[in-house]
Amino acid sequence: MEELHVLLKNRGKIRATEAQDYVDAGGYEGLRKALAMSPEEIIEVVKKAGLRGRGGAGFPTFRKMEFTYHADDPVRYIVCNADEGEPGTNKDRILLSSDPCAIFEGMAIAARAVDAHVGFIYLRAEYSYLMPTLEKALLSSKKLGYIGKDILGSGFDFEIKFRSGAGAYVCGEETALFESIEGKRGEPRFRPPFPSLKGLFGKPTMLNNVETLANLPPILKNGADWYRSIGTDNSPGTKLFTICGNVNRRGIFEFPMGVNLKDLIYDVCGGIPNGRELLAVQTGGTSGAIINASQIDMALDIDTVSASGGRLGCGTILVIDDSNCVVDIVLNNLDFFRDESCGKCTPCREGGTQLYNLVRRISEGHGTIRDLESIESLAWTLRTTSLCGLGHSTAVPVLSGIQNFRDVYLHHIDKDFCPVCAQEGGHRK
Amino acid sequence: MIHLTIDHQAVCVEEGTTILDAARQANISIPTLCYHEDQQVKAVCRICVVEVEGQTLLPTACSTPVAEGMVVHTASPKVLLARKNILSLIFARHPQNCLVCQKSGRCELQKVAQDVGMYKPISYDLELRATPEDNSSPSIRRNHQKCILCMRCVEACEKVQGLHIMDKENRGFHTIVTTPYGKKLADTSCINCGQCVQVCPTGALTIHDDTGHIYQQITVGKTLVVQVAPSVRVTLAEALGEEPGTVSTGRLVTALKRLGFHYVFDSDFSADLTIMEEGTELLRRLKGEGPLPMVTSCCPAWVKYCETYAPEYTRHLSTAKSPQQMFGALIKTCFAERAGLNPKDICSVSIMPCTAKKFECKRSEMKDSGYQDVDYALTVQELARMIQSGGICFSDLPETPFDDPFGLGSGAGLIFGATGGVMEAALRTVHTVVTGRPMERLEYEPVRGFEGVKEAAVDLDGTVVKVAVAHGMTNAKKLLDQIRTGKSPYHFIEIMACPGGCIGGGGNAPRTWKKVEARKEAIYRAEKDLPIRQSHENPAITWIYENYLGEPNSPLAHKLLHTKYVNRQDLLR
Repeated sequence: MEELHVLLKNRGKIRATEAQDYVDAGGYEGLRKALAMSPEEIIEVVKKAGLRGRGGAGFPTFRKMEFTYHADDPVRYIVCNADEGEPGTNKDRILLSSDPCAIFEGMAIAARAVDAHVGFIYLRAEYSYLMPTLEKALLSSKKLGYIGKDILGSGFDFEIKFRSGAGAYVCGEETALFESIEGKRGEPRFRPPFPSLKGLFGKPTMLNNVETLANLPPILKNGADWYRSIGTDNSPGTKLFTICGNVNRRGIFEFPMGVNLKDLIYDVCGGIPNGRELLAVQTGGTSGAIINASQIDMALDIDTVSASGGRLGCGTILVIDDSNCVVDIVLNNLDFFRDESCGKCTPCREGGTQLYNLVRRISEGHGTIRDLESIESLAWTLRTTSLCGLGHSTAVPVLSGIQNFRDVYLHHIDKDFCPVCAQEGGHRK
Repeated sequence: MIHLTIDHQAVCVEEGTTILDAARQANISIPTLCYHEDQQVKAVCRICVVEVEGQTLLPTACSTPVAEGMVVHTASPKVLLARKNILSLIFARHPQNCLVCQKSGRCELQKVAQDVGMYKPISYDLELRATPEDNSSPSIRRNHQKCILCMRCVEACEKVQGLHIMDKENRGFHTIVTTPYGKKLADTSCINCGQCVQVCPTGALTIHDDTGHIYQQITVGKTLVVQVAPSVRVTLAEALGEEPGTVSTGRLVTALKRLGFHYVFDSDFSADLTIMEEGTELLRRLKGEGPLPMVTSCCPAWVKYCETYAPEYTRHLSTAKSPQQMFGALIKTCFAERAGLNPKDICSVSIMPCTAKKFECKRSEMKDSGYQDVDYALTVQELARMIQSGGICFSDLPETPFDDPFGLGSGAGLIFGATGGVMEAALRTVHTVVTGRPMERLEYEPVRGFEGVKEAAVDLDGTVVKVAVAHGMTNAKKLLDQIRTGKSPYHFIEIMACPGGCIGGGGNAPRTWKKVEARKEAIYRAEKDLPIRQSHENPAITWIYENYLGEPNSPLAHKLLHTKYVNRQDLLR
């Protein structure tokens, strides 16, 4: 299977820090076009292109633009969410390190669409080593007049500023990210009000993932019809997939939306190493659903994956072979979530740890069928009542794990020997 | 107007109303924990979740605005299950020994648990926080284990008082609300105002309990002399379950007598004394003896704030003690002599709306009688508990007058309980002293009410005295900053740390602005009916100056009724 490089077309081909290289490769053409258009026209193009958010939820990008553009407050902000915290995900890092100017261009186009003049890139603390690259690239873009005052003589001003967090997963949640930029404890805010109306510093804010913003330049440059020709009807365009876990070839791959998961694993990534069998796949990172081997013949687009109970999310595919135990994987997920909970709302703060305790009890062979009921009820509570996405996501691997691997849980409850969980301190037969 | 359906009832409310308020308007109550009507919406406890048709998530009623055509179910099986699970999670971190909790019976968590129907033991692991109880403060006790992280106290301290003594530390399961670097409360710049205790829904923040000492003093046969602060008569009945704003002066005296207090005096008297001393000091400062503006020193929380955050400006504070401490000094001197008692055998108690008074009475310089002037300061909440423990049916008590000789106070003393009261009382007397005639209308409206900073200019036959009144430390800070920059246009400033003044004090029953408003109405209503309404007209005041103190600001008055301030800046390090 051939990859289709739209976002990664410059990867390894240009110097990331030199805007001139980017321009020579056809960069900043989208921005040039956008500057000649009215905000409404830009939003219309994005709407026609059908671009959807690449950060997790898959929200139509033009809707965010519209809300922000029509907000009452004249001061607006663009925020680029580069807090790529989902375990196993590296796609934004590749974009940031290989083609940062595409992100600046995307931000400038978005800024033009919502009439914002300041943009923030919120860089993950672990990516702070990329800061020099980004700063150089920004400086050279400014020198060429693509960012800054009076861009390309259009009279449109747009500044980009960098901010970095301190390493909290929850700061990838948009409102927690705002709090972090504002210098506060990174905790999400309740909604409504939505960020489009009251976001960063209380102003209308359009926040997008790195990959979403990187999609804007090619859309503006080549037009909505071209973009629609790639991918599926409901999820046009390409998607960056980070494939990790038990496959022969791991890495970042760019494919049109709707690519088959089975093909990805066996064709692109060369299947499972060491003669092992596939046990499960977790799509969308730690906050995604765990599906079993029989379900992998599935098209990877936003709606199909959502229908399967999970979400495409950031496009991370964790391939799990049969040397693992699903209960152990879920326990590992929960350990991550309980550690990363900010502690603001009750269900996530307390529920994460209680879920962990319950699942651990089962993995250690002390669980009962009632514990399984408690887990389901508690996970449902987190799913429906938590303040932000972190709490909602905590439940997803738990619930999907039980749904797709109930027999595994029952084996543990029946005190069958589990060689994986046993290593982790569990019971022996 | 927005039309929606809540629990099958058609409801019509204004746009922007939350589901919670809309439900309340339709007489549907939704349980809440972090929600407080005077505070910002936090939506962190998630107890108030409701089901909205068409949404898979359960939104919180407190934060979600209504929308046209919304169909809400506030108590569907789904909602009830979610609430039970959330409460179980809270319970798994909360000690379940309610029987020995000071808040038991008045605890909001207990009430919600009852409403939701938490009758079975929870199925989760009980894991209490290991942090020890903090009993270091003479005013406020903290118990981390009972904290449900509703963040009400943090908002009260940060937004209302501008102090920010407490905030969250750690994250996730290990989150706690604590002081900077986990210091003991007594080692922080906490001003002991107790506004955090007022809003705490559980027993995590409670008033330091001194009632045990009182019973002990009764047992050892001390003569118990008690003074009752002006605001207590409008807040005590409320703490015992009556309507906010119920005045219970006579019943209060009867109850104290039945509890075993031998002499019950009225702090209105010493409030009048404060006016005489402070008013005289003001007149002297207006003549150039001392810095202006002069700022009141009745509020111990404000005094500690000034000593901590602006020690170089304590010279602006009136040197007059607070009414509590003036009274304390007189009880163990003047009163002891007249009654033929050895001051050693007197236990001097005060009933206060205030937690900071507990700190004030223990200040080392408050020993001008040769003994600790006031031995114990009890809050309204503690007295209410003593009355309950004493089996006294408060609502049916007969009325008893205060004891002589210090049982007579003027209306001016009584209004000390509300913000602006000290100013109004002082102006009444100062006006008479300077112009020789009383104010045309004794009610001086510009300094009444709950506006954050009130200002007025009073013409005293050509001398214009500019005054300002602030309540709540964020407002007080504005006036203090003016003094700092040398731009304060005022001559006399009244500052009370608690919003609303002493009637909104930290020692009362839990406050809301509505209740404080009712208390304010009550105190002004009661004042209007008093025969004597100016401090200098109080015969008890005339008597004490003629027979004991000599004249205001006399050497003896200075020894007993005035004080010095210390520098507490170290607390900020």
